[in-house]
Amino acid sequence: MSGGQISGGQNIEVLDLSQMPLRDANARLQDDAKPAGAFFKVINPRGAHALACGLDSEIEVEVEGHTGYYCAGMNKLARVVIKGNAGQGVAENMMSGEVRVTGDVSQSAGATAHGGLLVVEGNAAARCGISLKGGDIVVKGNVGHMSMFMAQAGTLVVLGDAGDALGDSLYEAQIYVRGSAENLGADCVEKEMREEHREKLRALLDKAGCGDVDVSEFKRYGSARALYHFKPDNVGAY
Amino acid sequence: MCGIVGLYLKTSSLKDRLGEMFTPMLIEMTDRGPDSAGVAVYHAPASEGQVKITAFHPDPAFDWAALAAAVSSELGVTIEHHPNDTHHVLISDGKAVALEDAIEAYDPLLQVMSAGTTIEIYKETGLPEEVAEKFGLKGMKGSHAVGHTRMATESAVTTAGSHPFSTGLDLCLVHNGSLSNHNRLREHLATHRGIEFKTENDTEVAAAYVSDKMNSGRSLHEALEDSIKDLDGFYTFVVGTRDGFAVLRDPIACKPAVLAETDDYVAFASEYRALVDLPGIETAKVWEPEPAVVYSWGGRA
Repeated sequence: MSGGQISGGQNIEVLDLSQMPLRDANARLQDDAKPAGAFFKVINPRGAHALACGLDSEIEVEVEGHTGYYCAGMNKLARVVIKGNAGQGVAENMMSGEVRVTGDVSQSAGATAHGGLLVVEGNAAARCGISLKGGDIVVKGNVGHMSMFMAQAGTLVVLGDAGDALGDSLYEAQIYVRGSAENLGADCVEKEMREEHREKLRALLDKAGCGDVDVSEFKRYGSARALYHFKPDNVGAY
Repeated sequence: MCGIVGLYLKTSSLKDRLGEMFTPMLIEMTDRGPDSAGVAVYHAPASEGQVKITAFHPDPAFDWAALAAAVSSELGVTIEHHPNDTHHVLISDGKAVALEDAIEAYDPLLQVMSAGTTIEIYKETGLPEEVAEKFGLKGMKGSHAVGHTRMATESAVTTAGSHPFSTGLDLCLVHNGSLSNHNRLREHLATHRGIEFKTENDTEVAAAYVSDKMNSGRSLHEALEDSIKDLDGFYTFVVGTRDGFAVLRDPIACKPAVLAETDDYVAFASEYRALVDLPGIETAKVWEPEPAVVYSWGGRA
């Protein structure tokens, strides 16, 4: 599976947002009474906010066009492909499953995601992966400033360049950048790329459909762990 | 939260459809700003040697003919006035500053919304749909338009506190965000640059800053580059001049912004959904403007 195509897909059900309210479309996608692997196509999204949010079963959803804020937020198990751009907070707080965007995404993509995979084929704006808690994000283009701010766990892979203050106040999340990072945020440092990291990156790139990308071109960044540990030197302050 | 929209036509073929294209953009941003709405429309330039002033009086029964007669005889100039609900457009062969002073001195409730050769500003409290309907926005023609739907944070919900703000000839500015150094900057511009402020609104300070820079010889693009250094706070600005259009976001870029461009137009909105009815939007270049980067079209580069 790659390139924004839904894999499975007999019995396609079309949800046309020019003909039905957003709430009805979301209710249908969240409906428990559907077979696993059911395939939905959402057309005419017209930049609607909170589309395909809170899905919690193994369905596939393809959205034809640009979406507004929080598309595929809180996703669990489902696979959502957005053929177009996505607004703020795409796949925010994702728990599992996969969200793929063929265009660009606005700020805070994948914010606080606990699991799952977000693939952005274009660029991501500011604060991509902010406060990430365990999900994986692969951006084929560039990411904006303050990406992975205070990210706790999970991985961001950037095939292009990263903007200002990458990984500021980072906890235990991992960052791999193929291009250049404009500068690193507080407590974010470049780290050695060992075999275990190359293997992990390889697996993630393959899963994201980037099988032809060479892992040796990446640099790894992580936390210097100087900000969030108590320093014994400060004990006198108490 | 506020909503801002802008539409700049690159070719004259769509001029007759400006209002028809722009009105749904403004109305779609109602959720972001239901308090009040306003638009600056650039159209029908006044003839050589004439100025165009948009003025507002809250009383529908206000006698505009008497105002025109009084100001015209006081200044020895001609004045034609064209009504549009609570706003009137006055065309005169007088000087803009003298006309503005004379109009506002005539009645304390009169407010000059804009002055120049091309700009007209209409703004009111109420839902954007009602405001658009009131002024017949849909039928307006022109080269570009800038609009705002307001959810007030910094000052009162009044007509004067609505956007767009105009502080210079043919210049207007709309703002989503809040400035944190506007008091000190207002004082500086008032004391050292001789600018008179009409409100306590932070956006008026940003508009005054940009028009002051442009009066000192900076282009629209340069004036906005200067403002990245001097304005502190959260902002996405859309600025219109007689023949120019520009967008700027602060370096943190918390406030949303989407630009779309085709061979025929440049369109700006706080959210993509405001752009969905524009012709050719499916194939337009759609992108999020970068933080602290000035985007400008037309005007003096």
